[in-house]
Amino acid sequence: MMNRPKTLLLVALGCCALLPLVGQRMNPYFLYVAYDVAINIILAVSLNLINGYTGQFSLGHAGFMAAGAYTAGVASTQLGPRLLSMMGAEGALAHAGVFLLALLLGGLAAALTGLLVGIPSLRLKGDYLAIVTLGFGEIIRVILQNTPAVGGSRGFSVAMGYTNLFWSFGLAVVTIYFVLTVVHSTYGRGFIAVHDDEVAAEAMGINTTRYKVTAFVTGAFFAGIAGGLYAHSKQFLTPTGFDFIKSIEIVVMVILGGMGNTFGVVLAAILLTLLPEVLRPVAQYRMVLYSLMLIVLMLTCPQGLFARIGSLLKRRFGTGAALEDGRA
Amino acid sequence: MNEFLQQLLNGLALGAIYALIALGYTMVYGVLRFINFAHSDVFMVGAFAAYYISNGLARWLPPESIPGAVIIMLLAMAVCAVLGVVVEKLAYRPLRDRSKLNVLITAIGVSLFLEYSGQLLFGADPKTFRLLPSRNVELGGLVLNSNQLIVFGLTLVLLLALRHIVMKTRIGTAMRAVSFNHQAAALMGINIDSVISFTFALGSALAAAAGILYAMNYPAIEPLMGVMPGLKAFVAAVLGGIGNIPGAAMGGVLLGMVESFVRGSRYSTYADAIAFAILILILLFRPAGLLGKSVVEKV
Repeated sequence: MMNRPKTLLLVALGCCALLPLVGQRMNPYFLYVAYDVAINIILAVSLNLINGYTGQFSLGHAGFMAAGAYTAGVASTQLGPRLLSMMGAEGALAHAGVFLLALLLGGLAAALTGLLVGIPSLRLKGDYLAIVTLGFGEIIRVILQNTPAVGGSRGFSVAMGYTNLFWSFGLAVVTIYFVLTVVHSTYGRGFIAVHDDEVAAEAMGINTTRYKVTAFVTGAFFAGIAGGLYAHSKQFLTPTGFDFIKSIEIVVMVILGGMGNTFGVVLAAILLTLLPEVLRPVAQYRMVLYSLMLIVLMLTCPQGLFARIGSLLKRRFGTGAALEDGRA
Repeated sequence: MNEFLQQLLNGLALGAIYALIALGYTMVYGVLRFINFAHSDVFMVGAFAAYYISNGLARWLPPESIPGAVIIMLLAMAVCAVLGVVVEKLAYRPLRDRSKLNVLITAIGVSLFLEYSGQLLFGADPKTFRLLPSRNVELGGLVLNSNQLIVFGLTLVLLLALRHIVMKTRIGTAMRAVSFNHQAAALMGINIDSVISFTFALGSALAAAAGILYAMNYPAIEPLMGVMPGLKAFVAAVLGGIGNIPGAAMGGVLLGMVESFVRGSRYSTYADAIAFAILILILLFRPAGLLGKSVVEKV
């Protein structure tokens, strides 16, 4: 029983390793949409750890993504060539190493930002926390706009387009695996306890602040990884690409999927990445439909579209605990 | 010295507009305990309502005159008051007993809906807006714009009117009672729903006035114009102590002045970040705001 998730992970990673074979024959447009799907899955699943499982409403995920994207992009562009010439290697493996290092640095930078943001702001609750995280996200954007070393508001070109189907979907699988196993571990029950009732959790001896900061830092780390993938797929970064509309987009994925329902969130991330592409002919109505959907969804089924699917999966596989979110 | 006074003046004008928006946030927070994200877009609708009303009534109203401007402004305020009440009825009222998070997300949804349907209806291109002829008045080396003077005068009038409504009228007393305690107010025979509707109407009308004043002082109006002033006005409300009406006015003026000084300095490109930095500092050191009272949470 213990090893089943691990087997699943290995099988999924194996499938991802085969994906580039398909990718070679794919239309580049579809390829980029596929990268976006994977990146959004990572973003939504990691935000779900903060917003869904731990119940801390964060509106600054795009800021963490920006920190990761810029760090990873700068690392591979500036450090990459030097590292490669130092090692004297030019093979695909060496490039993969550089990419992995850049992603890791991006994730760590984002995690550090998450720590800096989390420690002061997690003393706040609900809408205050939302607005402060939003503020932090905007501050990160303004700082990037004013840093000439990364191109300021003109943007920054990333030299290498390392992102491929294996890396993007492989890391998405790793993110899902990580979040699910952590949340369902003994330690991870603490996140859900903080979500359900902070006062009661504290009374039971759970260090709520520590759990909140852990959730924040972990979520930010994966957002940074997603940012790194984004940097190496788009190969061009502008600070305005990480404004709070992007944060709201990620939040909507979490809401639509159902807070604290990883499978639902993954489905929502796929759906909401594909939807704008499908709606391209009526692009001007896209955001209006989007916002209307958000309002109607909140009025009719606040637990998310996929709550039922989540509970079905739960019955079938014993995972994907959908949290009841009827109360504060 | 002159430059200092000039920046102070500009900051005061900007701050007055922030104050008017902040009042709407603070009043709604007072009675419902949630951030009405859509408030910043009501501000935008106010400016556009005035734009279309002044175009539509151009034939009947004397152009660029004070009576004309007053009529346009009152009509735009009425439009926004209705909008505020409708939004509350349709989107927020059904969620009143639900988790705060749901209401917050709905408010974000309403905000996006107003912005993007604004882009569809009004067009995304900026529009120029003129309500009154603007003249520059020199005063001892300081340049005063006539529109800035209107901002000062009108803000003062609206603040005094609001104070009168909240402190001296029956509905104002009811508002204060509801913000103090919903249940007790309901037991005293206060119709909570109508008080909340009235609060939304009042706040939205003030936002409309702020939108018009903003449009008079800035070159153009566009559907996303409310986003930044809205966020900053919210910061102003928190700065003064959210739920506290004089606090919101004070916070707005303070924030406008700080921003104006930053814009006038070498760090002008950081002006948009400064409001958030203030927000974070205030929440860290005095979460109840400058004039607010801290409330102990009872379990």
